[in-house]
Amino acid sequence: MSEQPQSAPQRQLPGSLHTNRRLDRWLRINADGTVTVFPGKVEIGQGILTALSQIAAEELDVGLARIRLAPSATAYSPDEGITSGSRSIQEGGLALRQAAAEARDLLLQRAAARLGASLEQLTVHDGRVTARSGGSVTYWELASEDLLAREATGDVAPKAPSQHEVIGTSAPRGDIPAKVTGAPSYVQDLELPGMLHGRVVRPPGPGAELTGLDEVELREMPGVVAVVRDGSFLAVIAEREEQAIRALNRARRIAQWRETAALPEPDPRYLLRAEAKTEVISEKSDETAAQRARTRLEAEYTRPFVAHASLGPSCAVARFEDGRYSVWTHSQGIYPLRTDLSKVLGVPQEAIVVTHVEGAGCYGHNGADDVALDAALLARAVPGRPVRVQWMREDEFGWEPFGSAMVVRMSGELDGEGRIANWTHDVWSHGHSTRPAGKDGANLLAAWYLERPVPAATPGNPGLPAGGSHRNAIPLYEFPNQRVANHLVLKAPLRTSALRSLGGHVNVFAIESFMDELAAAAGADPVEFRLRHLKDARARGVIEAVAAKAGWVRGEKGDGARGRGIGFARYKNLGCYVAVVAEVDIGNEIRVRRAWAAVDAGLVINPDGVVNQIEGGMIQTASWTLKERVQYDRASVTSRNWDEYPILTFEEAPEVEVVLINRPADPPLGAGEGAQGPTAAAIGNAIHSAMGVRLRDMPFTRERVLAALA
Amino acid sequence: MAIQLIVNGGAHEVAAEPETPLLYVLRNDLKLKGTRFGCGHGQCGACTVVIDGKAVQSCDLPVSAAAGKAITTVEGLAADGRLHPLQQAFIAEQAAQCGYCVSGIIMAAKALLDAKPKPSEAEIRTALKGNLCRCGTHHRILRAIRRVVEGGNGGAA
Repeated sequence: MSEQPQSAPQRQLPGSLHTNRRLDRWLRINADGTVTVFPGKVEIGQGILTALSQIAAEELDVGLARIRLAPSATAYSPDEGITSGSRSIQEGGLALRQAAAEARDLLLQRAAARLGASLEQLTVHDGRVTARSGGSVTYWELASEDLLAREATGDVAPKAPSQHEVIGTSAPRGDIPAKVTGAPSYVQDLELPGMLHGRVVRPPGPGAELTGLDEVELREMPGVVAVVRDGSFLAVIAEREEQAIRALNRARRIAQWRETAALPEPDPRYLLRAEAKTEVISEKSDETAAQRARTRLEAEYTRPFVAHASLGPSCAVARFEDGRYSVWTHSQGIYPLRTDLSKVLGVPQEAIVVTHVEGAGCYGHNGADDVALDAALLARAVPGRPVRVQWMREDEFGWEPFGSAMVVRMSGELDGEGRIANWTHDVWSHGHSTRPAGKDGANLLAAWYLERPVPAATPGNPGLPAGGSHRNAIPLYEFPNQRVANHLVLKAPLRTSALRSLGGHVNVFAIESFMDELAAAAGADPVEFRLRHLKDARARGVIEAVAAKAGWVRGEKGDGARGRGIGFARYKNLGCYVAVVAEVDIGNEIRVRRAWAAVDAGLVINPDGVVNQIEGGMIQTASWTLKERVQYDRASVTSRNWDEYPILTFEEAPEVEVVLINRPADPPLGAGEGAQGPTAAAIGNAIHSAMGVRLRDMPFTRERVLAALA
Repeated sequence: MAIQLIVNGGAHEVAAEPETPLLYVLRNDLKLKGTRFGCGHGQCGACTVVIDGKAVQSCDLPVSAAAGKAITTVEGLAADGRLHPLQQAFIAEQAAQCGYCVSGIIMAAKALLDAKPKPSEAEIRTALKGNLCRCGTHHRILRAIRRVVEGGNGGAA
């Protein structure tokens, strides 16, 4: 977050409004009958811009069709840090809600003066203010440049939930018509006059150094405009895209590299032997309860490195002219990116304008920021001409930051009544946050390979309560004795950063698998066993709702091939509550046939938007959990295309159903990452129900099922 | 060298090396950005177009191999100011998250429905086996295609 130094304590304002206090940073009322919204949060395929439009329309009392969205740009947008952590509604949405409510109040004051009426005598419909006496005036007539040139006061209350007409409705996404008709929609589609095409010749592996290259051979190829070589950073620029790719392929053949073999064994358990920083993050002790313990269980769960694997490889366009850079990017954080670009390019931040353009699906910190630096470095070599750089598929798979490999060790003890008396959870992982604008260094790939490199920042984790590798490691269940420890392995052989839900995927998988193992030892039904240990009414609510939706039968067992399982979590222990039931069918492969989810995300702006996020979360997690594993040898990543890194296909995709528990009177909790952990656990538990075998190492491949059955 | 292409019913002459993948000619010469690069190996389907009635991945197809054939891209689906039923159905079902895969999937579905207006669920899924979606929008996409099948005007363009 972008906390700015403050001289005097200021009134706390909602979300990002607190640090971006001027109303005209958020909104502009236009004379042409439209309203421009300036979001700092960006569209990454999650539908946030539609939800923000709904919020503005609601508070202003204007039709949704009047809302225009300005692309986020460092030239004028509020600084909202990074679009991540399922926080966009809480931070950007609540800020905009307050700003719009205050703008409406200012407009009504002007209207009252103009119409000679009191505020109580005014009503607003679609931007037309009408006085009881009959006179009326529109926002578009009342607006002026100075209207919103002031700070928010926090004195105006947004609408009560009972007054909502636009919030809480499934307004259709504004971006979908363009996407189904093929209109340019992504940074990948951006084309500027005179634009050149660049490709970066990445090293064969992370430790490799460029030792030799016949640059002349490359320069003489058709269409090649420049060969950029700076230390071990090598790139080509050509007039046409396919010419750049041909030069790239030639360069790959003729460049000489010195490689280093430093990557570990494929089994994530290498983490257990690595140097780690250990921190106990939760401890509870009750000696009386501990003495009642009778049965002890232990288990170990793992996940390999997982890729974001966006369908569209990372892309950026940059132009360098008169010492200034313009960069178009699908980064999740335009301001943090600008900070690191400035460090690497050696120019002040004011000399760089970063503008967001949507990219292909984003599930965390992918190659978006890196390719923006690539494009800027290439643009510097051809002043005045824009350069578009798109990573090739093999570069995306080889160089994006991965979701870390992880190991979780659990132990638990049951008392004679089938209650958990003692619980421990130890998690080993690399850091889950190496985004730009870290404490030191620069988190942009090319920076590390330059003649004068800017080193990578010290890797780390977002702090608790949200956490990184320890996200969701502290159980929501009530146990009398508990100890949770985070073992952070700082030195990562492959680059790791935020992938949707961070450590939550694995921690919840471990907790919820282990709950089923303990339930079985206690002879209890998994749903009932969870409720037995859970006080939080909203947590109980989603578990009961999904059990009802799926028609869960107390004590139900699989039939040797089919089975069902449940998983639950409150995302980050402070976000949305999600419970999932998955049904699997085990033949040649494990198939997830159906999955149900119940979600409580507090106030919901757009119900279908939340449902879409949870559905997608379940399907994507089925893919991670059943199929996905980054493969590597001693020197480099070897899973470089979709054959080597298969994901769930249309033939394998489950049917999914979501129950949404809307709580308009409660704050919005975010929903984008709530399904990951519960879905992984539900699948593992379903396999156990079906076959009686417990899979603890993701992905759940056919080989692992066979090994478990042997 | 000059290559003659027929795209969305119109004739075009483009100057490109014959081995240039069709994808780059569509995107960069004809400015049809709806056909997208995903992998360059024909593995993901983001670049799917319809050529002479068949769904074809354009990222590894030499432009010379498409010369003179009837190429349809997603931009060529709407007719007389009306969206194709598949496009309407994708909007009605809100069948997208990021949407990057969607134009390729619509083209693969069009080729299927043109050849077989009433495919089974399994046939729909099989027809999309060359198309990947990473956001997990599969079941909405399947629902959108079923909507067209059940509406009975799947092949109409």
